[in-house]
Amino acid sequence: MDGATFHSIYTVVLLVIFIGIVIWAWSGRRKRDFDEASRLPLEDDQSSRTREED
Amino acid sequence: METYNYRVVRQFAVMTVVWGIVGMLVGVYIAAQLRWPELNFDIPWLTYSRLRPLHTNAVIFAFGGSALFATSYYVVQRTCHARLFSDRLAGFTFWGWQAVIVLAAITLPLGITSSKEYAELEWPIDLLITVVWVSYAIVFFGTIMKRKVKHIYVANWFYGAFILTVALLHVVNSAALPVTLTKSYSVYPGAIDAMVQWWYGHNAVGFFLTAGFLGMMYYFVPKQAGRPVYSYRLSVVHFWALIAIYMWAGPHHLHYTALPDWAQSLGMVMSLVLLAPSWGGMINGMMTLSGAWHKLRDDPILRFLIVSLSFYGMSTFEGPMMSIKTVNALSHYTDWTIGHVHSGALGWVAMVSVGSLYVLIPQLFGRERMYSIKLIEWHFWTTTIGVVLYIVSMWIAGVMQGLMWRAVNADGTLTYSFTESLVRMYPYYTVRFIGGVLVVFGMFLMAYNVWKTIAAGKAEEAPVPQPA
Repeated sequence: MDGATFHSIYTVVLLVIFIGIVIWAWSGRRKRDFDEASRLPLEDDQSSRTREED
Repeated sequence: METYNYRVVRQFAVMTVVWGIVGMLVGVYIAAQLRWPELNFDIPWLTYSRLRPLHTNAVIFAFGGSALFATSYYVVQRTCHARLFSDRLAGFTFWGWQAVIVLAAITLPLGITSSKEYAELEWPIDLLITVVWVSYAIVFFGTIMKRKVKHIYVANWFYGAFILTVALLHVVNSAALPVTLTKSYSVYPGAIDAMVQWWYGHNAVGFFLTAGFLGMMYYFVPKQAGRPVYSYRLSVVHFWALIAIYMWAGPHHLHYTALPDWAQSLGMVMSLVLLAPSWGGMINGMMTLSGAWHKLRDDPILRFLIVSLSFYGMSTFEGPMMSIKTVNALSHYTDWTIGHVHSGALGWVAMVSVGSLYVLIPQLFGRERMYSIKLIEWHFWTTTIGVVLYIVSMWIAGVMQGLMWRAVNADGTLTYSFTESLVRMYPYYTVRFIGGVLVVFGMFLMAYNVWKTIAAGKAEEAPVPQPA
């Protein structure tokens, strides 16, 4: 296999991986997990709030 | 009851302000030297050539590095619901990193340098950096491994990529043959050395100055806005696209050099592609405020964070444009590059750090908020005006230099001598100096504000939430 063929295949593989990541990220099954994860910086407040009430 | 380790976060947070002032003061001093060259007083240690690497090392690794250590240790604990993996190792990273900074501040003015840009420190210091950095990785990833929550929050992905990549970059680029204690030679020959250096150099921009600070952005923007990031899905794609593409952009620093043409073109194309993930991240951060734009009106901290994203968007548009070979033919080696770097370093990196610290510091010292919101307001405006003066003066200076250097007469001789272009720079160097003074003034306001906040508060540890 010459260099040009290798690089062509490699480029296509990278493109497919990228499209795969996009499909994975936008699949409905990830929605609940992502919503949960996205609240992590906000929910860590609970502990400091209880501390202030003490 | 288990608490978070805030001690090391406090240490790094305070040193961020200290090193910020030191690094930026050196910057203002050498900016003044460019306008008034007699300011080096003919003392070798004070010459521009020795102080310039001191300035870049101080602002990137001392100021930016401390900000990254402080926020990453805070964010990883808070979003993993776990205390740092090892208090002793975390403490070692603090003292080790400060030792590196002090050694840099001694060796660089003495003229001890490997002369690799942003990697000037000689081999014994490089070894110390490696030990500190490996400890950092152990503390950070160890904390992620003992997390009590299911997810690894996206900010930690960015911090993690930054830590791993910087380890790789540092070890590869610093490979050298020591001759004496203070002198070593790179193991790479000629054009390969240049390529390795700018593979390192541009990824230092991409991972040290971008990925790490994006981690900061993904925690502190949602935190201060009081709402989750605009799109978590976009943040996942943003992460993978950004880290995959940055690796290839380095050759744009070597256009029209001995580097093979194909490598130059590859660097240019990958730099252009980089616009997409960069802007994806910027839009994700800004749109977090969608529906709550009014918060910008009365919250100067949020304004710091959002304006930093505007500068990020601007410089990540400018960068790909400058990487186009025909544009680079004009811009390379001129002050346009300096302006570009500072719109990223002051506009993005410094402003997002400052905004994050204003959120972080009251938390660390048991206060509701900073001592004075009014002073933050003042800091915001002095910085913004200072940065704009800096960038605009360097744009004009750079384009003018580029045009004067390439101008030729009908007989093929150069129209202008180098000195002629230098003399034309004076007004712009003066404006740049004024911009720098404004930025440093803002940092002093911050130092006072932080001092008063700490004096009124007390260092206390927050409890780690227990799983219900």
